Amino acid sequence: MGPAAALRIEDLHKSFDGLEVLKGIDLEVVEHEVVGLIGASGSGKSTLLRCINLLEPVNAGRVFIEGEEITARGVDVNRIRQRVGIVFQAFNLFPHMTVLRNVTLGPIEALGASRAEADALATELLERFGLADKRGDYPDRLSGGQQQRVAIVRALAMKPDVMLLDEVTSALDPELVAEVLNVIRELASGGMTMVIATHEMGFARDIANRIGFLDAGVILEEGPPEEIFTSPREERTRRFLQSIIEAGRM
Amino acid sequence: MGGGAPEKYQSLPGGSYTPPSGDRGSRILAPLKAEGARGVTIAVVSTVVVFGLLAFAVLNSSGWPQIKEAFFDPAVFRDSLSKIIERFTRNVFIFLVAEVFVLILAMIVAVMRSLRGPVFTPLRILAAAYTDLFRAVPTILVILLLGFGAPSLQIRGVPHSDIFWAIVALVLVYSAYVAEVYRAGIQSVHPSQVASARALGLSRGKTMRFVVVPQAVRRVLPPLLNDFIGLQKDSALVAVLGYTEALRQAQIVSAANFDFTPYVALALVYIVITIPEARFVDWLVARDQRRLQAVGGV
Repeated sequence: MGPAAALRIEDLHKSFDGLEVLKGIDLEVVEHEVVGLIGASGSGKSTLLRCINLLEPVNAGRVFIEGEEITARGVDVNRIRQRVGIVFQAFNLFPHMTVLRNVTLGPIEALGASRAEADALATELLERFGLADKRGDYPDRLSGGQQQRVAIVRALAMKPDVMLLDEVTSALDPELVAEVLNVIRELASGGMTMVIATHEMGFARDIANRIGFLDAGVILEEGPPEEIFTSPREERTRRFLQSIIEAGRM
Repeated sequence: MGGGAPEKYQSLPGGSYTPPSGDRGSRILAPLKAEGARGVTIAVVSTVVVFGLLAFAVLNSSGWPQIKEAFFDPAVFRDSLSKIIERFTRNVFIFLVAEVFVLILAMIVAVMRSLRGPVFTPLRILAAAYTDLFRAVPTILVILLLGFGAPSLQIRGVPHSDIFWAIVALVLVYSAYVAEVYRAGIQSVHPSQVASARALGLSRGKTMRFVVVPQAVRRVLPPLLNDFIGLQKDSALVAVLGYTEALRQAQIVSAANFDFTPYVALALVYIVITIPEARFVDWLVARDQRRLQAVGGV
């Protein structure tokens, strides 16, 4: 194997109350790569992402970030999470803090940055994503698209090695989806390593270097987008994509 | 407040509570806005008539002169009010000091009970046992037990001031209630908030301190006031130790005059300080709502 992969997952298993949600996931993501995870609701996409930054403890298997095993005993989970940014479907901004404080909380309290440093970085990121004028607002005042962009900036402010995006446009009104997707496009072109769980097939096809199709807790099929979307090998993948097309989502 | 309060806290888990806009604290008069000038006229006339009749009935009842003399004697009132207010400063001291410690101790207990993980089991048991115990035992009993009991031990280093122990008793009892209020607030903060704080690499402690507790306290301000008012009133229980605070003073003046007016005077003092507190908390909650929804406020 060449240089250490940005993210490597080996035979990952995860159960909730005896119900096995992930049944042996293997996945490798190299630096600057964007991997799209597709699959029906309940196929385990979100759980997989939450396992990667240890928000969910795994039952078996190993996860490596930049060659370091994070599922090993005695690993400092707080330090791992600082290197893996995650953005949720429902934004989950802190409603009692301004946009600026949402973005600077992690750098100040987890990374030990000074307020001045954190403010400067946050301001720079907010400017880059067209949110500079929102820095003093509370999340309630923002549109869903703006909130989700703030959530992305909040994760970026930690300067993560890998970003995990968990259906980040699923809670948005249709007209707000584009602004968030554009932000993700910009991140991809900037070389950010990302794992993106999404229902936006067109977007996944567009942006991902590789697509993984999750079905019943395993990655049933993976490959370049052209291959997965035009000539999938597996019957299940074909049927899933067919249902997406029928729903007019592609 | 009052009657409507419990219902609105039921909506807490999961989402944040948004009060109906505009009419906080003035529901009684709110319908008038919709009725217009004619409605206002009807309201004024009907109110004057009903209350006028009530007053007429009371003032002309056969027992009124006796009632007036026993409870509303102007001379006794004037004489007793200043003495009572002077002693009331002792109650103010008791409940203010107690409240400070209640707010701190209750938070410690609530956080202890909210800790996850097997290591913390003894702390959770301790916190639960404490709240169960001190919510069960009557406040007056705890005051008697500590106020008379602790000084009688005569152990070196243990304070033997009865007022010290009375405050300790009030702190112990009220912290048990307030801990439960805090805990309800902490539990009402959605788990996704904790998840996003932890995802940023914040420790459990910092997640509590910066994300959970600030949101929890905001949501429980009105019930916190309830318990503060309760504490304020129960400062009068210290009278059972023979300590001359306002109630004891009212008792003394009442006995000297064979008249209950001093009690009424003291009741008035409590009412006069409580109403502004309630309005203050309404204002605080409304201000917080406005702030969270305001543009550009840092």
